[in-house]
Amino acid sequence: MQIIKTVMIMGFLKGLFCGALNGFFGSGGGVVAVPLFERDGCTAQQAHATSVAFIFVLSLVTTLFYWMNNGIDFAASWDYIPWGAAGAVTGALLLRKISSVWLHRIFGLLIIAAAVRMLMS
Amino acid sequence: MMNIIVGFLTGVVASMGLGGGFVLMIWLTMFSDVGQKEAQGINLLFFLPIALVSLVLHIKGGLIDKSLLKKYLLGGVLGAVIGALAMQVVASELLRKLFAAFLIVFGIRELLTSDKKDEPQNEKGTTKPDIGT
Repeated sequence: MQIIKTVMIMGFLKGLFCGALNGFFGSGGGVVAVPLFERDGCTAQQAHATSVAFIFVLSLVTTLFYWMNNGIDFAASWDYIPWGAAGAVTGALLLRKISSVWLHRIFGLLIIAAAVRMLMS
Repeated sequence: MMNIIVGFLTGVVASMGLGGGFVLMIWLTMFSDVGQKEAQGINLLFFLPIALVSLVLHIKGGLIDKSLLKKYLLGGVLGAVIGALAMQVVASELLRKLFAAFLIVFGIRELLTSDKKDEPQNEKGTTKPDIGT
């Protein structure tokens, strides 16, 4: 019983952490959830797919709050959505095939470059 | 035209659970002159249909770990509320700097990705990137 309780509390706290980040930054909860999921024993593929499901629910909640408090530019989102959906199909199929280490590294480099520029501006 | 490329790229990266939101966020705030908070809203709304599309495919592929999802969901929803409320009281400029710091942490993690992480059969507890070996 004690073990089950501990597992539940740990899951709750880890979920809380991902949710807070995703709510605060409007993005990024998924990338934090993936390594946590992996440590809880699922495969890399499962972790990535499950993170999308997890963040979907959190984003629903967050979107509602943003919409009520600040409003959301629906038209601006719509500019990207159809193309994003096509990309999502591609990505979901790719996930079952490739996940190159170099893809991660290049992506990491691009993100850092953008972040540094962001800090300087 | 750029919205097609950015949208598509974001969709690919997002559906793989690799941080697609960052692509759109960076594009909006750095190249489209959208404020940090507005961009966060646009990104969240964008993500909903994109996540739905990928979820249908992930469920078909049997890749969703439901028991894990249940463990995280309650805390996650509460966290989402806290995060969304906290974001209201932070100035947009500070939020942008904090976001940049978050991106740097994530970027470094990505840079240090090891080969091990990509193997489909991860054993429990071995997924930490082993740096320095």
